[in-house]
Amino acid sequence: MTVTHDTNTEQAMPTETVQAPAIKSQAAQERIATIAAAAYRIRHHALNMGEVQGQGYVGQALGAADMLATVYGDQLRFRAEDPHWEARDRFLLSTGHYAIGHYAALAEAGIVPVDELETYGSDDSRLPMSGMSTYTPGMEISGGSLGHGLTIAVGMALGLRYQGSDSRVFNFLSDGELDEGSTWEAAMGAHHHQLGNLTAMVDINALQADGKTDTVLRTEPVTEKWESFGWYTQRVDGNDVAALLAAFDNAATQAAAVGRPSVILCDTKVGRGVPLLENREKAHFMRIEEHEWQTCREQLTAGYEGKASA
Amino acid sequence: MSTTTEAPNTTTAVKPKLKTSAMIASFADPGQKTASAPFGHALVKAAQENDRIVGLTADLGKYTDMHIFAKAFPERFFQMGMAEQLLFGAAAGLAETGLVPFASTYSVFAARRAYDFLCLDAAEPNLNVNIVGGLPGLTTGYGPSHQATEDMAIFRGMPNLTIVDPCDSVDIEQAVPQLAASEGPTYLRLLRGNVPTVLDEYDYTFELGKAKVLRGGNDVVFISSGLMTMRALQAAKALAAHNVDVAVVHTPTIKPFDAETVLKEINTDRLAVTLENHSVVGGLFETVASAVVTAGVGKRVVPVALPDQFLDAGALPTLHDRYGLAVDRIVAKVLAELG
Repeated sequence: MTVTHDTNTEQAMPTETVQAPAIKSQAAQERIATIAAAAYRIRHHALNMGEVQGQGYVGQALGAADMLATVYGDQLRFRAEDPHWEARDRFLLSTGHYAIGHYAALAEAGIVPVDELETYGSDDSRLPMSGMSTYTPGMEISGGSLGHGLTIAVGMALGLRYQGSDSRVFNFLSDGELDEGSTWEAAMGAHHHQLGNLTAMVDINALQADGKTDTVLRTEPVTEKWESFGWYTQRVDGNDVAALLAAFDNAATQAAAVGRPSVILCDTKVGRGVPLLENREKAHFMRIEEHEWQTCREQLTAGYEGKASA
Repeated sequence: MSTTTEAPNTTTAVKPKLKTSAMIASFADPGQKTASAPFGHALVKAAQENDRIVGLTADLGKYTDMHIFAKAFPERFFQMGMAEQLLFGAAAGLAETGLVPFASTYSVFAARRAYDFLCLDAAEPNLNVNIVGGLPGLTTGYGPSHQATEDMAIFRGMPNLTIVDPCDSVDIEQAVPQLAASEGPTYLRLLRGNVPTVLDEYDYTFELGKAKVLRGGNDVVFISSGLMTMRALQAAKALAAHNVDVAVVHTPTIKPFDAETVLKEINTDRLAVTLENHSVVGGLFETVASAVVTAGVGKRVVPVALPDQFLDAGALPTLHDRYGLAVDRIVAKVLAELG
């Protein structure tokens, strides 16, 4: 297969640090408010799931809630009652341990019943601690062994394009996952095959299992890496819904139009939305005491209502 | 460090011609009937009948006969570059969209380098991903970097995976459409280039999951797979000259294994010998041994297999002789066993 590259087009598209427009129309404000409300509910679900288990990757779920709310609430084409609908967009969770946040988003999307969330991590539940496609409706792949998602996403994007589908493929990665060489094999492959139907979203919370990312294996400069791999690269505050929406809009139009894969690099804060956890020493597996869960929920709600009424 | 001050060697004495270790040395005997690139042509034929078949490779299209398919169906061929994790992750992604991918590289890279991707992305969801591995066992003289002497040992532990070790061009031609039609992932130990045509002389058809008795014999029973079935048949003919009557049972599907057919042949008072182009650890011999023990059959089985070690580089005929895969070595071993 011969692939030609228009380098002029590529050079004409610099990396963008996306900021939301200062003045927004009422429709734009409503769009933002809808996603912010969904993100609040996703965080609330995650705290409830964490409390039942007494543990879980709650910090990551809180940090990534705005990304998940935006992609499920605004971007993905799906039918809640038919998770295998052929014309759906695909959302691939590479980071299997983010499943707690993903289940909350699937509940928000109506794919998994809210009542089922409390089974998270229990024996015989459809919602295991690490996400697996064979267990959960709407879970496209089995993540967990990091660095797999983007390679599968490349194949899906190739397969959908070959079959004439206009479905898009989204892959959710973490910055720790950028340690894996396979992620960069896939990054090259996606650019080589001009996969304009592929969008990667990277949660940059600067934290991985053994500590801060810059002390474990320095991945920065992340933006320049993706850019040099030929991707349409944007970097945003991943906890700013307006900025996320603007970035997804750009990805859907500009990058796809010229057949380039798109990456949205999202700087997020572990524990976001719950000051008690935001200020706690950052840990991959955050410990929350039994008496603290209610405080977490109250802080989350107070913060959301304060912002919503502001 | 000393430097040599001697003049270059200008002797004109005739040197013996050296045996070389060409990467893609054919193991066909001189004058043997062969078929060119049977896998590539079989895949093209299957793809003409099944439009869901696609092909991909990791910079080894020409060396796995995938280039035949790429030329016939350029829009259905995906070059993934020298990136085996991407190759098999993407193959799983293609299968997720309903396509039937055949993904080729060398067996060493598929088994050793991309195992995690095949295991979790293709085998766990039981996708129809077909792994095509070139240079299985000892089919190159390039040394351990290219000799997949333990590929079956690695892959046999992977749930859902079907493993096929074809003998010749007949096996390959008949196996490809069956691999495409079967659910779940498969691994084909590819023979490429000019591949011997052997099984057309027997009343034989390839059936996925089945062992076949190619010839009967009263003194010895060979259980063999892959190119060693060709050697087994040759050794059986040679042993006839020693008045030794040898049966040959070909077991091209290593997993799931046709224990029923094999046990019936083994559970006699004949000398039982397994023959495989693979390490004595974890391949056909241990598959047979496990079936024998599980069935409670008290029977000694003699392995003809590669030793549990990293093998030498060199010319293939030299190495096959050195490690006991050559016909003469098989004959000598059987005669010694029979006393």
